Amino acid sequence: MIQPDRITATTCPYCGVGCTLELHIKDDFIYRVTSPFDSVVNHGNLCVKGRFGYDFLYSPARVTTPLIRKTPQRPGARTQAFDRDEWRQVSWDEALNHVADRLVELYRRDGPGALAVYACAKATNEENYLLQKLFRALFRTNNVDHCTRLCHAGSVAALLKALGTTAMSNTAAEVAKSDCFIVTGSNTTENHPIIALQMKAAVHKRGARLIVIDPRRLELCRSAALWLPLKPGTNVPVFSAMAHVIVKEKLYNRAFIEARTEGFDELAASLEAFTPEYAEAISGVDRELIAQAARMYAQAERGAIYWGMGISQLAHGTASALGLINLALLTGHIGREGTGLNPLRGQNNVQGASDAGAMPYHYPGYMLVDDPANAEKWERAWNIEPGGLSRERGLTTTEILSHAHPGGVRALYIMGENPMMTEPNLNVTREHMQALEFLVAQDVFINESGAFADVILPAAAWAEKDGTFTNTDRRVQRVRQALPPPGQARPDWQIVSALAARIEQRLGRPNSAYWGYEGPEAIWREMASVTPANHGVTYARLENGGLQTPVPDESHPGTPFLFAETFPAGRGKFFALDYVPSVELPDEAYPFILTTGRLLEHWHGGTLSRHSELDALYPEALLELHEIDAERCGLRSGDAARVSSRRGSVVLRVNVRNMTRPGVVFIPMHFAEAAANLLTIDALDPTAKIPEFKACAVSVTRAAEAELADPQAVTRRGRY
Amino acid sequence: MSIDVHLTIDGQPVTVPAGTTLLQAAAEAGQAIPTICYHEHCTANALCRLCVVEVEGARVLAPACVAQVSDGMQVRTRGERVDRSRRTILEMLASAVDLSEAPEIQRQLEAYEAQPGRFPEAERREPALIDDNPMFVRDYGQCVLCWRCVQVCADDAQYTFAINFEGRGYATQIGTFFDRPLPETTCVFCGQCVGVCPTGALKPKREWLLEQGQTPDEIMALTRSERRRKQRK
Repeated sequence: MIQPDRITATTCPYCGVGCTLELHIKDDFIYRVTSPFDSVVNHGNLCVKGRFGYDFLYSPARVTTPLIRKTPQRPGARTQAFDRDEWRQVSWDEALNHVADRLVELYRRDGPGALAVYACAKATNEENYLLQKLFRALFRTNNVDHCTRLCHAGSVAALLKALGTTAMSNTAAEVAKSDCFIVTGSNTTENHPIIALQMKAAVHKRGARLIVIDPRRLELCRSAALWLPLKPGTNVPVFSAMAHVIVKEKLYNRAFIEARTEGFDELAASLEAFTPEYAEAISGVDRELIAQAARMYAQAERGAIYWGMGISQLAHGTASALGLINLALLTGHIGREGTGLNPLRGQNNVQGASDAGAMPYHYPGYMLVDDPANAEKWERAWNIEPGGLSRERGLTTTEILSHAHPGGVRALYIMGENPMMTEPNLNVTREHMQALEFLVAQDVFINESGAFADVILPAAAWAEKDGTFTNTDRRVQRVRQALPPPGQARPDWQIVSALAARIEQRLGRPNSAYWGYEGPEAIWREMASVTPANHGVTYARLENGGLQTPVPDESHPGTPFLFAETFPAGRGKFFALDYVPSVELPDEAYPFILTTGRLLEHWHGGTLSRHSELDALYPEALLELHEIDAERCGLRSGDAARVSSRRGSVVLRVNVRNMTRPGVVFIPMHFAEAAANLLTIDALDPTAKIPEFKACAVSVTRAAEAELADPQAVTRRGRY
Repeated sequence: MSIDVHLTIDGQPVTVPAGTTLLQAAAEAGQAIPTICYHEHCTANALCRLCVVEVEGARVLAPACVAQVSDGMQVRTRGERVDRSRRTILEMLASAVDLSEAPEIQRQLEAYEAQPGRFPEAERREPALIDDNPMFVRDYGQCVLCWRCVQVCADDAQYTFAINFEGRGYATQIGTFFDRPLPETTCVFCGQCVGVCPTGALKPKREWLLEQGQTPDEIMALTRSERRRKQRK
């Protein structure tokens, strides 16, 4: 039996659930991961990623020294370099000086708008805070964003408009207190596995009724009372028809509507058109199912709604989320334990990176950049001359790359993101990446995006540094260093501080912002002192299970559920909605709707999970096809198929599963060799700027075996 | 409203709510009762019988992990009959199962002065180690059949139902349906089973390879080359 040298408690780096991990370490090798059974979020349960997926830490593909491209890259002709021979190993001094020189040069030449940065929802709060501080305080630009734009931007925009909030209203584990809950646009079993366990326990142990509204027959459907299999992109008519039934049958909560909301009459008038019959015609969901779901949710004692990317990743993502908010406000299922509006956040720290200001419209704490009072507050905090900070909203993730042209964005700094996998319409993304004049990637691997870079700065991974993550239900938790970083890799916060000091020196700013942090805790203290929701959060208080923000002062116990008395916006606002069809509908040439998503065994752009044994469990992309469609295409499970859209095409194996409704096909997003995002459409939601990942038109045809990227890859799995 | 129940445990009066198990009540009274199959996170199932206690007036010993309190009960957590029963259970277990990686059970063997060699004729359970997936190995020669893994795979946690008991009597073992390799079952490799295993029967593959004398570098190289080999088949 192996006795560990030490056991380090930390927080899982994968999804937004934020499970507690205990890393058992011998000779700096993690050989076992456990979780304490009294852990507040996950009660000792983990998923395959948390328990076994940490081994990317030890991959020989890790970047362990700073690298500079041997061949200088010209804008417009930038190429990808995965091979180490194309890179020169350099010292930290040389790398940081080079980056500082080039960024300052481009800033002097083209101004603040020429620089942009992708922060990282995998990195800590402290690191995101510091990176946005660097670009705001030194380069005076708000071109700061991260993958929240590709994720829950639609939900956040809707919650801000209707309630003035930006996060889950309740704690995930409160599902145990709901007697009815809706899961929509979320494959919770695969993307938030531990929350799915709590949902299933609520159904099977406590008799709660689950309503699944999703185009796919998800594993959760086995536990559901109702499944509404809607066509992708028809959320608004289905949710509005449910609201229609609730209003017509007077199932709404009049007391709540009168006391806490506004705009009911306008909403009620707008709902006239959204009859269940109309919704059925558009969405394909039986009118009776819609009415039953409406009654079940409205008549519940404590109804809750949980949603994922299927709501927000649409060109009408904001409207979809508003449709759900309307339902909660109509029924008063918010502001009490076991109720609420709960967008399940994807990344381990996407909530935290947003809270920390890694967004183009907001300083840390969601303070709008175009409000002068906020800018002045941060000018004082950062010791910047009055009027120094930019008052203009910056570019979003999606806009940063589409502005990569002369006169637009010239230099991009990427901390840990992989836009060459996660942006829609990758063939165009590729052109944008090629057009950049200077590109820096700060990462643990050379991923599809970093391969385009001029400089790669080797970052320490999550187990190699200290800091905090904020999970999907607003719980700030400690991340603790368990291992030394490999080679010369450094924690992101050290890299950013060192770079900032060099940039500041070159710019010769009259006032100097502070960059000499002794560690993450000092960075946290600075951020918490200016952001009211974090005033009461200190590292010492995080020792036992973390704290749920807002935590206004040091004696405050944290906030498990929000809005008991009022909404931040005062009254909750109803929004009358229009049905806007998906930008691209199926036609004769492209007869199927493609929807994309994630798998239990993999993570987003694949930078981590594809460097892990997780890849052995699920080594290839599979096309999910309904048997009716499979027959139409003459395809069987295991055949190679070509899937094409107007933008690109991929070849992958078919899996006939009847998971999707007929006419809808599914491809996971993780696999570079059959990247789903080569097919997706770069249409954006007008408010939130989130792309329509969840619906585009494709064709499916037979392909030759030899066209597969890796014909030897096999996935023989019996799981759902 | 819970109803209070009064009883004595080892002569000491205790008051607990109705529905409390004797194991919990004893813990309230400061008496630790030894267990093997019991786990706070799992449904108690009285399989191992190490937790048996003597209840005044009862014909047989009661398993404390599931037996509930009742008014006026007089419970003895130690005594010759209880100790002999526990000792025999431990001796039988030690006669058939490899307990070398179950330190808690070994401590019980010592505490009850059990003779591991008391049943020298016993047939040892020595099934081959199963290495059928990249995440963990299963060495049922170390399995004490506590059932925790089956329970967490079912409705104690995961609702996945990939494993269950197979066989009867002495031949009982934990297995998959139709003996399929784990990747072909409903298993999602959450490892909840590994987390509750009280012996070395379920073990992360990297831990197992480390025990086999592999270095971390060799382990990382091995798992990767194995993966390639599997793919080529």
